[in-house]
Amino acid sequence: MTLQECYKAMGADYDDVMGRLRSERLVQKFVLKFLDDGSFQLLCDAMAEGRIEEAFRASHTIKGMCQNLGFTKLGQSSHDLTEALRGGKSPAADGLLEQVKADYAQTAGTILTFKQSAGL
Amino acid sequence: MEKASSKRQTILVVDDSEMNRSILADMLGDEYDILEAEDGLEAVSIMQKKSDEIDLVLLDIVMPRMNGFDVLGVMNQNGWIEATPVIMVSAESGSPQVERAYDMGVTDFIMRPFDALIVRRRVVNTLLLYAKQRRLVSMVEEQIYEKERRSGMMIDILSHIVEFRNGESGQHILNVRTLTDFFLRLLMQKTDQYHLTAGDISRISTGSALHDIGKIAIDEHILNKPGRLTAEEFEVMKTHAMVGARMLDELPVHQNDPLVRTAYEICRWHHERYDGRGYPDGLAGDDIPISAQVVALADVYDALTSPRVYKDPIPHETAVQMILDGKCGTFNPLLLECLRESAGQIRGQLAGGSVSKGTRREIQAIADESLHSGVSTRTLRLLDYERDKFSFFAALTEDIQFEFTVSPPMITLSPWGAKKLGVDEIVMDPVNDPKLQAVLGPGVWEELSAKLRATTPKEPDVQMECALHYDGGTRWHRVISRAVWSADTPPQFEGALGKAVDVHESRVRLQELEDRASTDAMTGLLNRSSAQEQIELRMQDRPEARYALVFFDVDRFKYANDVFGHMFGDQVLIRVAEKLHGSVRQTDICCRAGGDEFLLFLEYKTDIEKTVERIYNNICEDFEQFPIRLSMGVALGGENDGSTYEQLLQAADAALYSVKRSGGGRFRFYDDSLHDLLGTVQGSMTRIDEKGGETQ
Repeated sequence: MTLQECYKAMGADYDDVMGRLRSERLVQKFVLKFLDDGSFQLLCDAMAEGRIEEAFRASHTIKGMCQNLGFTKLGQSSHDLTEALRGGKSPAADGLLEQVKADYAQTAGTILTFKQSAGL
Repeated sequence: MEKASSKRQTILVVDDSEMNRSILADMLGDEYDILEAEDGLEAVSIMQKKSDEIDLVLLDIVMPRMNGFDVLGVMNQNGWIEATPVIMVSAESGSPQVERAYDMGVTDFIMRPFDALIVRRRVVNTLLLYAKQRRLVSMVEEQIYEKERRSGMMIDILSHIVEFRNGESGQHILNVRTLTDFFLRLLMQKTDQYHLTAGDISRISTGSALHDIGKIAIDEHILNKPGRLTAEEFEVMKTHAMVGARMLDELPVHQNDPLVRTAYEICRWHHERYDGRGYPDGLAGDDIPISAQVVALADVYDALTSPRVYKDPIPHETAVQMILDGKCGTFNPLLLECLRESAGQIRGQLAGGSVSKGTRREIQAIADESLHSGVSTRTLRLLDYERDKFSFFAALTEDIQFEFTVSPPMITLSPWGAKKLGVDEIVMDPVNDPKLQAVLGPGVWEELSAKLRATTPKEPDVQMECALHYDGGTRWHRVISRAVWSADTPPQFEGALGKAVDVHESRVRLQELEDRASTDAMTGLLNRSSAQEQIELRMQDRPEARYALVFFDVDRFKYANDVFGHMFGDQVLIRVAEKLHGSVRQTDICCRAGGDEFLLFLEYKTDIEKTVERIYNNICEDFEQFPIRLSMGVALGGENDGSTYEQLLQAADAALYSVKRSGGGRFRFYDDSLHDLLGTVQGSMTRIDEKGGETQ
């Protein structure tokens, strides 16, 4: 699997990220780094324990990373969740969290596959 | 610019996402030194330590602990925003956010997702812009300084020529200038009716040097005549005011320059009198410009106190008195007030040569005004130097030093102090910081804060002793602190500086001495007076609680003493004390009242009888060959019944007395049937006092 194919499988925009970061090496470095980021776990924990402000910040961080990496799909669902948590929890938040979880699983799963196939 | 070529620039990247920080760092490449902070608090702490080394801040908005706007708030508060550009980085694109950030001094914005080209370009542009501004600021400053130095020099030369011809020392001009400056500042504090600004004061002081230039046109024989001038000669002399003014008025250039206009006023009217009897125009009151009024006063004072060809110097006190008495002309009453109130400081002013101080002040004021930048880089450099010096010494001393600001609420500790106490060097919102509060213990911060706020700018220092809890222990410290008040009227409390000195050893020694004074040496229980003190405190603190006062002695104690000896008697008392202490709670108050008499004071909720019975039975035992039995009286204070310690003690003593009378060996609660016995109590208490006296 190439990086470009990986992007396609994640529902992410390869041309966008290359246009901005301008180096396949850099993009690959940060895509792999995405797996190490703890924000998703933090988001799940904070939501489960009702710490809404913390969940907001975690969701906001995920959204920011997705924007930078061109992860369109997860970027959109985390954006929606961020807005549903801004200034307090709105009723839509729980449903949106499920969407983020699904998109995160797909994104992280694809990156893992890419990582293994590239022998990294 | 020099900085850019000689040293790599440093960029502080503040973002809670490690990935975002690292993307930015990669984008900026190897051209810069990158510092990273994972939230606002860490960013502030880094800036606190090295704000002068940071050339640019990239700042995220949404972060835990302290967000981007709070960081901007602190940067504004400390003036860092003037010298350190900030580029805001965020996915937040709402325009009120953007507007607020610009209002708080942000230079530029970078929106997520990052574009390498845009990030690099904005960073470079901002750095260039600031480098250029810094260079311009310092160029303007140098020019102003040079210009001021030259014009000051020209004025000095010119006025010295005049003095040289007068045969006066060059000191007169300097003194008049110093005094003019001094009086004007006093006047400004007293009234704003003359609308004096710092610029006016510096112009008038400078212009004062020219007050006598007209004397250049006066015949030398008149000017330097040792004796009194004739009426005719005096008329000639008087023309110097008008001549000087005309010389300035007829300058081919600059006649409309504010400094020249001011000098004109001074030359022409510095011999006017407030009552209208001066020359050349006979102006009265505030028709005489305030510049000329002040120079006139300075001129008269210095003329009186300096030697002249025709007179010896007059001592300071006499000169001031002569002026106040109206013997040397009449002056504005406000100015005389200034003279009277400041008479003690005048000689210090003259000796201190505040002229150079004035000049420096002037240059800085002008530079600041012309740049509208608030603080000059020269000042910043000085500030940086002071900060370096402070942190250097703070790092060396083994003291707990601290700095507190009200807004933002923040404590900065010296590195050694923070390490010692196990808290962060920067503590935001100290009242709600659990780590710091655990070190301080409840109420300590509130007490210190209240003490500091109760100070005044004139007496800002406070001291207090408190226990600090750290390292798993507790140590006493003396906190010495100085409140920082603003220059506003009324002054605002802005924070404090201070240090905490470990006084544990001496404090503990003192405590031991106090303990020794308050306890009975043989049994270790409290003695009577300290028990009374503690009981009264307890009753005062919680009057709603229910208390029992138990008073007892050992039956046949005299017999034990006589038969088995005093040593054995002492053993009995120690045993009773141990048993008593072991039968009650830590919070109950146990006391050896004297001799074989003991006091117990305890709080109860229900069933006090059972409690007393248990205590009684616990103490009563056969101790070697002596059966310990007690006569015990108990008095209860009802809820809020307002009983005093004395009343309870009398009642308990009456109950004890009735037990004793009926053969001892039991306890009894006071009730109204014992009322008549209360009369004998007086004697009984005296008895306690006597015995108490024996034991101590």
